[in-house]
Amino acid sequence: MDFGPFLLLAVMEGLVGAAVLALTASGLSLVFGVLRVVNVAHGEFFMLGAVAAWFVSQWVPGPPALAFAVALVACPLLVAGLAALADRLVLKRLAYEPEATIIATIGLLYILQQAALTLYGPEARPVPPPFEARLQLPWFGWSGYKLFVIGAAGAVLAGLWLLLARSRIGLVMRATQIDRETATAFGIDVDRVYAGTFALGAALAAIAAVLIVPIQQAHYLMGGDPLLLSFIVVVIGGLGSLRGTLVAALLIGVSDGVISTFFEPTLAKILATLLVALVLVFRPQGLFGARA
Amino acid sequence: MRMLALHLAVLAGVAALQFVLPAYHHTNAARILVLATYAIGFNIAFGYTGLLSLGHALFFAGGMYATGLLVDQGGWQPWAALLAGPAAGGVLAAGVGLLALRTAGPAFMIVTLMFAQAFHLAILYWGRFTGGDEGFTLSGAARRLGPFDLADPATRYGAAFLLFAAAMLGCLALVRSRTGRVLIAVRENEERTRMLGYDPFRAKLLALVLSGLLSGAAGATYGLMFGYVGGSFAAIQYSILPLIWVLLGGAGTVLGPLLGTALLFYLIDWASSVTTASQFVVGAVLILLVLFAPRGLLGLLRERGLRSLP
Repeated sequence: MDFGPFLLLAVMEGLVGAAVLALTASGLSLVFGVLRVVNVAHGEFFMLGAVAAWFVSQWVPGPPALAFAVALVACPLLVAGLAALADRLVLKRLAYEPEATIIATIGLLYILQQAALTLYGPEARPVPPPFEARLQLPWFGWSGYKLFVIGAAGAVLAGLWLLLARSRIGLVMRATQIDRETATAFGIDVDRVYAGTFALGAALAAIAAVLIVPIQQAHYLMGGDPLLLSFIVVVIGGLGSLRGTLVAALLIGVSDGVISTFFEPTLAKILATLLVALVLVFRPQGLFGARA
Repeated sequence: MRMLALHLAVLAGVAALQFVLPAYHHTNAARILVLATYAIGFNIAFGYTGLLSLGHALFFAGGMYATGLLVDQGGWQPWAALLAGPAAGGVLAAGVGLLALRTAGPAFMIVTLMFAQAFHLAILYWGRFTGGDEGFTLSGAARRLGPFDLADPATRYGAAFLLFAAAMLGCLALVRSRTGRVLIAVRENEERTRMLGYDPFRAKLLALVLSGLLSGAAGATYGLMFGYVGGSFAAIQYSILPLIWVLLGGAGTVLGPLLGTALLFYLIDWASSVTTASQFVVGAVLILLVLFAPRGLLGLLRERGLRSLP
């Protein structure tokens, strides 16, 4: 294959990664923005979504598309419920104190990972895609499902934007984010907003996982990479700024795809982690400057 | 004075322990002593100065790899290489500190985490030298410090004890000195400390360098004692473990690190004998501690009476 088409393929693969990353990272960003909690267990919510999707694909009879549709609804709900529970039982009792919640979510990470290992096992298992389609380009063929992933992620993100910017729920969330006390004074149930936001953030990670699992296989350790990449995206986009997160996800996702195609993925990751550290030190508001 | 006697008594007890322990627990105890040294190092930054780092594995593994690589591939004498361990830990801590201490709170945690992560990935990337994830074992000659052979259990326990005793007494001296009080003042109220004429940045950098030095010394000793240097020691797990040890024993106490390390070690040991889900224990302990005993066991003791516990 020539360089041009090869680059095109790398960019297209990168776009799939970027779409899924944008979903996962916006969940992390939302939670940080509203609760001021750095959720280290975010990657495990992603993993749980994928593992749950595998269980659904085993239990739901009929065509894969049906199982996929069920998984797309049921898995995020399940993960969101779990997250709300964690919020009530742990985070709320810690009064959302930043350092204590990081320690607690590290504990949650270990517990969820161990639960997946015990209940699901150490194997990586594939989940069938909902449909088989092939997109034939002049130089190479591409899976139509990957195109669907990009579209679906875009649709969910658009829905998220509508929710935050146009609905009453979004208004309440933003009010809580800006000033917790005043929100309480206006009769907003801040506890419910926090639990709901934490659940929504986890659900976004789970949706991303259900979308990607037909391409990537479900595994109990799969949460590490999305967590790291989401961290990178959220930091570079500016902590708590959703717009910055989306731009950064596109940038990081595509460049990750391109760099990993042409260079060693490990080297790319080393550079990315160092970049995050340096951005936090020298430009804590993120590269795109939009302060939350 | 009573407190000094208490600490010396604990040391004497630990020294006497080696004559009564059966072989299995004898090895465990040596391991715990070295890891507790690492915990003491972590405690100087976290417990006394209030710097919560999530990247101390960088200093631990940095010391371990500096010593291991120098003795295995650099042809250095083991004792000289052993000194390179704490030096590497201290230098790494100084480098990280100069950058990371410009941030605070969650940002500091993420920055330290990212530096440690980059180091771990670098070990995997340059697998030709480091052996990647599998690491490398040290030969018998590499583990002989002059007449002392670290492969011999009694010598090993002695070395671990010496390291731990030096670290613990050093920590005790530090926290009772003027410098130590400045560190605690920075933890309690950074702005007020600045107002009183101290430089909080310098105090924090000093704490981090001392912390890195001890972590590197522990890593180097651990590598020589057990003859193995591996990438897993640089993984995030080894940044989280000292945090749990210190939280469990009591952050900001001199004896807490030893207590926490020993307890968690045997808790995991016991848990893996009854179930395969030992990670579950680690996670549950973390959450329970942060919920119900954020000051740890000795912290509780200090609140309930022993006020002068350093």
